[in-house]
Amino acid sequence: MGESIDLKSLLAESGVTGVLDELDRELVGLRPVKTRIREIASLLVVDKARAALGVEGAKPSLHMCFTGNPGTGKTTVAMRMAAILHRLGHVRKGHLVAVTRDDLVGQYIGHTAPKTKEVLKRAMGGVLFIDEAYYLYRPENERDYGQEAIEILMQVMENQREDLVVIFAGYKLRMDTFFQCNPGLGSRVAHHIDFPDYSVEELEAIAGGMIEELGLRLSPSARAALGDYLRLRREQPNFANARSLRNALDRARLRQARRLLEAGRVDAGMLMTLEAEDIRASRVFDAARASGATEEAPC
Amino acid sequence: MRITQGTFSYLPDLTDEQIGKQIEYALEQGWAVSLEYTDDPHPRNVYWEMWGLPMFDLKDAAGMLGELRECRKAHPDCYIKLNAFDSTLGFETMRMSFMVHRPAEEARYRLRREEFAGRLVRYTLERA
Repeated sequence: MGESIDLKSLLAESGVTGVLDELDRELVGLRPVKTRIREIASLLVVDKARAALGVEGAKPSLHMCFTGNPGTGKTTVAMRMAAILHRLGHVRKGHLVAVTRDDLVGQYIGHTAPKTKEVLKRAMGGVLFIDEAYYLYRPENERDYGQEAIEILMQVMENQREDLVVIFAGYKLRMDTFFQCNPGLGSRVAHHIDFPDYSVEELEAIAGGMIEELGLRLSPSARAALGDYLRLRREQPNFANARSLRNALDRARLRQARRLLEAGRVDAGMLMTLEAEDIRASRVFDAARASGATEEAPC
Repeated sequence: MRITQGTFSYLPDLTDEQIGKQIEYALEQGWAVSLEYTDDPHPRNVYWEMWGLPMFDLKDAAGMLGELRECRKAHPDCYIKLNAFDSTLGFETMRMSFMVHRPAEEARYRLRREEFAGRLVRYTLERA
């Protein structure tokens, strides 16, 4: 055995522990995601140690695919990912360029390649985040320019691995068919990470953070109302996890504002507190009462 | 004849690695980099062809180096220069401009002397 390297101190040196802990603290739930990010961080640290001992290996492919329902934090994590990869020295700049189909695919022949290349150039040294990536591929139209964008992407993902990391994101089922239709692309994406839906407890924890950010607080009865709201809303269609929660809180703020104006005189406590009635006025409760009533009617 | 122009004209040609570092410097200053090429490097020729648009939102030199490779492939027998444009109020001009490619066989110029009445002499630089 020759010289040895302390991996723990190498990890501490890179400053990535801070980012990982921050990730654990600030993002609620998402167990599988955090595990995978820790694994990737460990891999990069081990690779660094290898390089320090003179064992030169090819850089690992870190292109990723984030799947999950809306509002599960895919973009937020992608943003953190860019910072983590930057701290670990995998990407040089650590910025995130978020794009969708419109930014990559052109409108006429010969428009797509320059457009895609432009975006790739901008993303070099950082992370390219392609939201709803399956829209790039339109099987119903064989002359769709999306295919061209995919080919250019694949080429850069393969040849300029050290220059940028590509993260695809979208809903699970549609991403799966997307990769099935583009096997070349699927095989170049090493990490498929699935974002689970949040449980009611996790959503409540997220709500706590959001409300604090807004400079508000919940009265105890409002807290209970929010719990009820989330349980009901979760069962309804088009539930977008944290995004629905944010919208619900925004609407509760509107109702609170109206209530306060009607009250006339207010103090600081009233200005800062969301009451149960602000939340219980939501249509979600109406729907639940209506369906509850029809169920009870035969008795 | 070795033609020199712009920043670093007194130095030997920069390697790609050195060019990359200069681009990084320009980007750090917030300047926009762009490429231009021409087959007529006469000092009075200010109209070089643009290779794409200036990259105002570039973050990393790799993108520009890729463009440079493309440009060299398309115009191996032209002169290519890299410009860094500073858009801050008060400057709004090129802060750095240097040659990044020259053809294998360089352009040749000759000094033409013309005589006029009263022993007046005028000199012109013309392509040989």
